[in-house]
Amino acid sequence: MRLAFILSEIGSGIRRNLSMVTSVILVTFISLTFVGAAGLFQLQINQMKGYWYDRVQVTIYLCVDNSSETSCATGPVTEEQRAAIQAKLESEQFAPYVDTVSYESQEEALGHFRDQFANSPIVDSVTADQLPESFRVSLVDAEKYEVIDEAFSSEPGVDAVSDQRDFLEAIFRYMNWASVVALVIAGIMTFCAILLIATTIRLSAFSRRRETGIMRLVGASKAVIQLPFILEGVIAAVIGAVLASVTLWGTSRFLIDGWLVNTFPQTAFISSQQVLLLVPALILLGAILAGLSSLLTLRRYVKV
Amino acid sequence: MIRFDNVTKTYDQKSQPALDAVSLDVDRGEFVFLVGASGSGKSTFIRLVLKEDQASKGAVYVAGQNVANIPSWRVPRLRRGIGVVFQDFRLLPNKTVFSNVAFAMQVIGRSRAVIRETVPDVLATVGLEGKNNRMPHELSGGEQQRVAIARAIVNRPGILLADEPTGNLDPTTSMGIMKVLDRINQNGTTVVMATHDDDIVNTMRKRVVELHNGSVVRDDAQGIYVGEAGALAE
Repeated sequence: MRLAFILSEIGSGIRRNLSMVTSVILVTFISLTFVGAAGLFQLQINQMKGYWYDRVQVTIYLCVDNSSETSCATGPVTEEQRAAIQAKLESEQFAPYVDTVSYESQEEALGHFRDQFANSPIVDSVTADQLPESFRVSLVDAEKYEVIDEAFSSEPGVDAVSDQRDFLEAIFRYMNWASVVALVIAGIMTFCAILLIATTIRLSAFSRRRETGIMRLVGASKAVIQLPFILEGVIAAVIGAVLASVTLWGTSRFLIDGWLVNTFPQTAFISSQQVLLLVPALILLGAILAGLSSLLTLRRYVKV
Repeated sequence: MIRFDNVTKTYDQKSQPALDAVSLDVDRGEFVFLVGASGSGKSTFIRLVLKEDQASKGAVYVAGQNVANIPSWRVPRLRRGIGVVFQDFRLLPNKTVFSNVAFAMQVIGRSRAVIRETVPDVLATVGLEGKNNRMPHELSGGEQQRVAIARAIVNRPGILLADEPTGNLDPTTSMGIMKVLDRINQNGTTVVMATHDDDIVNTMRKRVVELHNGSVVRDDAQGIYVGEAGALAE
């Protein structure tokens, strides 16, 4: 009976306050979407780190016609230079660092280039002799990149030593920034949500002050008086959280599963299943947010 | 049933106290008029019984219990034992007569079956048979006050406090309300009624406690009250 009564009170409260409740739903929806987006960025960064740091390669580019490095003073790499570099890579000295070495010729480089830029008009104007041949070196420990760089960058016939980690770390930096920005926006929106919930509860308490006054006089317990207000805020926030979850899931489904995975097949992306892990956290966060802010408001505006 | 033991209530340090060392005993089943001009302390008396305010000095006992010792979570239980009626009725305008009375039972968790059984009985007690589905604005002032009384007694409190219940009503209607309160008192409920309507007090011939500037200046069984104008003439 009391439950039915509380539910009907919540219903009438929400009906009476529909526009405010709607705005609470929307603000929590937006703020939790940003919270979730920040979470997804972090998940994605971890995923890529785990995936790429195992596969990271050091590429030793060999001299071509127009290389400007001093180690390329003699023009394109010669047979002897190439053999010397390969021998050095496979020597005892580097065995603790080097896992595997593979050679990529100019023709293979052109093949990869054509695959990668299949849709670009420049592909037809590039010829094999413009692309450097290279050694692809997988390391036992990706952190030991410096060793290879020092040993080979001044070797005759070597144009440049490049570590994919530099490139990856730049990406991670951008993604970290993106997640920080998302978190800042989430923080501001969450603050708005808290204020808005407090205002909504205050209005709701004001419009129902007759009821609560009578409840007090006839001896209704604190829970019966306050619960409808608290639940009103919590229900609105949870609806917002559900909308945020659906949005995040939908976005990841279309953006990651539908597009990014096909466009960048060699990159590890989080799946939309992993987004589902965020859902309970978002709903809980929304509920706690609304519960706390309405509880604090009620202590000031509804005497018991 | 209600005992004030040397109770002083000061709202503001500078002004004089609303109640000044009041000692008073109201027995179970009694009907007491609390009379005095506006500002004499009648409403403060009622607020202290309900624990809406705390006494600054002295102790207030309700049903043998010092209200100062009731923890805040037990205050609702105290208030369930006390019905209150006000001058301005305080009905919920969007609920029917039946729902207004039922509201008092719903919020303390009474079952629907009990509510359906009790509310019509109580409405009959206050003389509102057949008006279950009326809205408050369709009723006269006297009828609205009867609904408020029904709501106050529907949970069978031991005490009924009435703060100027006839203040907004004409003399004839007021007498009707007094009959209802008297009937409730006959059924064993202790009634304390604050008023400054001397006609009513003099007709009812009940105990009269007169407050003046926060002090009890008179306490007569079957007393009369001459009101402000009469007191000045004396």
